[in-house]
Amino acid sequence: MELLEFARGPALKVALVVFCFGVLWRLVGTVLLRYHRHLSEPRDGYFKAFMLGLLVGGSRSWPHKQYIKRTGYGEALGYAYHIGLFIVILFFAPHVLFIKSLFGVSWPTLPSGIVTIIAVLTFTLLLAVLFRRLAHRVLRRLSNFDDYFSWFVTTLVIVTGLMATAHFGARYETLLAWHILSFDLLLIWYPFGKLMHAFYIFPSRIINGYFLARKGAPS
Amino acid sequence: MTTAIREQTVGEVLSANGVSRRTFIKFCVSTASFLALAPGMGQVIAKQLLKTKRPSVIYLSFQECTGCLESLTRSYTPSVENMIFNMISLDYDDTLMAAAGKQSEEARDAAIKENYGKYLVVVDGAVPLGNGGVYNTQGGKSAVQILRDTAKGAAAIVCVGTCSSYGGLPYANPNPTGAVPVSDIITDKPLINVPGCPPIPAVITSTLVQYVTLGVPALDAHHRPLAFYGNTIHDRCYRRPYFDVGKFAKTFDDEGARNGWCLYELGCKGPTTYNACATVKWNEGTSFPIESGHPCLGCSEPSFWDRNGSFYAPLAAGLIGSLAPAGEAAGVGAAVGIGAAALSRLRSRARTQSRAAEKTASKED
Ligand code: SF4
Repeated sequence: MELLEFARGPALKVALVVFCFGVLWRLVGTVLLRYHRHLSEPRDGYFKAFMLGLLVGGSRSWPHKQYIKRTGYGEALGYAYHIGLFIVILFFAPHVLFIKSLFGVSWPTLPSGIVTIIAVLTFTLLLAVLFRRLAHRVLRRLSNFDDYFSWFVTTLVIVTGLMATAHFGARYETLLAWHILSFDLLLIWYPFGKLMHAFYIFPSRIINGYFLARKGAPS
Repeated sequence: MTTAIREQTVGEVLSANGVSRRTFIKFCVSTASFLALAPGMGQVIAKQLLKTKRPSVIYLSFQECTGCLESLTRSYTPSVENMIFNMISLDYDDTLMAAAGKQSEEARDAAIKENYGKYLVVVDGAVPLGNGGVYNTQGGKSAVQILRDTAKGAAAIVCVGTCSSYGGLPYANPNPTGAVPVSDIITDKPLINVPGCPPIPAVITSTLVQYVTLGVPALDAHHRPLAFYGNTIHDRCYRRPYFDVGKFAKTFDDEGARNGWCLYELGCKGPTTYNACATVKWNEGTSFPIESGHPCLGCSEPSFWDRNGSFYAPLAAGLIGSLAPAGEAAGVGAAVGIGAAALSRLRSRARTQSRAAEKTASKED
């Protein structure tokens, strides 16, 4: 079996199995954890509290006016590379073909040249993100292996993808195999590292908002 | 073929057949450019060919469909490529030769004896090893035995077609005859693979010319001459600009197909297939499969029947068959999550209760 076939076949299968197992384990395990009992009388009803929770889910995703000078740059970087990643993942024709082969759904794609430019920009932003983490004294102290490895697997997929698109560095089938293998690695790491934030981020904000509203402290 | 004729040099045979020097030089120069050699190499090939004795060639056919030989004989006539037949001494080819049965085998044995250590063996077709090799026998001998006996005194082996190079169709799953490529059997001779299903006629003949004049050509990891298999179809495909801008035909009769857009979504294996189809083309440079509207099947690559899922699955598609194992893993994950949460709740409740008990006890104290 050649490397490309291994990447597209058994490696992808194992990666998807680990990903699905890990994500469901962590999500269900977290959602069903015991919450503290609130001793005070609930201020808002369930529905209103839930709506306020949704509001918090949105408002917490936006820089706070008071801190924007300090956090604005980091948040802008974060938003920019996430948007880049979304466009590259969801609108590059071969990616849509990949998704279609797994789930049977597809949608219109963007010209490859545009996606390539966005991928290069995203890679540049990821470098800036790493530089910021290393240069920022507090952030550096807060960072651990998980932060760096999660950055590494994300960037690796982008870099190998760009190499495959540009046919740079090795034969196309080898580059494509590296790209798919790096994606397989990302899938395996996903549930166990900080990449899992993609699943946690909105539910946790909404649940927090909901409890705050029930306590009478909507924000 | 008499020994006297076999002893003639290529130059002698060509002038005997009335081939002018001008035609001959033109042929050598175009062969040099075809092989991606420096322009001056045309002269070297010419000089070499004129003084070279025509090497004896033994063409063995095993598990094959004769498509490769058909391809070789389709080199358009009259053409300089037909001169190749004046440059080699084709001493045995049971499909092309007039002799049959015992006589043809005698011709082969005579060629082996007279040219021991110098002749070239061209193999077409895979070699079955299953059940002692009974699936392909000729004159009571198995293909593997014939190959071993013939290869013993050969200077080199040229595998023409994907079957002899990598096993091809007979080797495809479930491979009922235990077919293997020549390289699995003969490991001690220089080996040149000219794969393709079939290979381009000019690629077969030019590889032979290069061998006759300059020896074994530069080869890639799969023993293919780099001059013809150094680039992918995709590298040289005229539809490449459409690939680069993301314009793909989605079906064989949609607007994209009619406009000649890229066939990647229809399963084109051009990006991972090394061959000269996009440049040399077929039938006097008329066309090649992609130009005719069909995606490349990747026929010059090992295991091309079995790999990549299907001929029509895009290269980007996953090859995992079904999503069921992932679904089951999700179910198990959810169950483990429920278990972990239940355990955590039990512990948390026990902690709360023991704290309450401690409080009560300290109050009582
Ligand atoms: S048709 Fe095939 S070889 Fe040609 S550009 Fe498209 S993918 Fe590449």
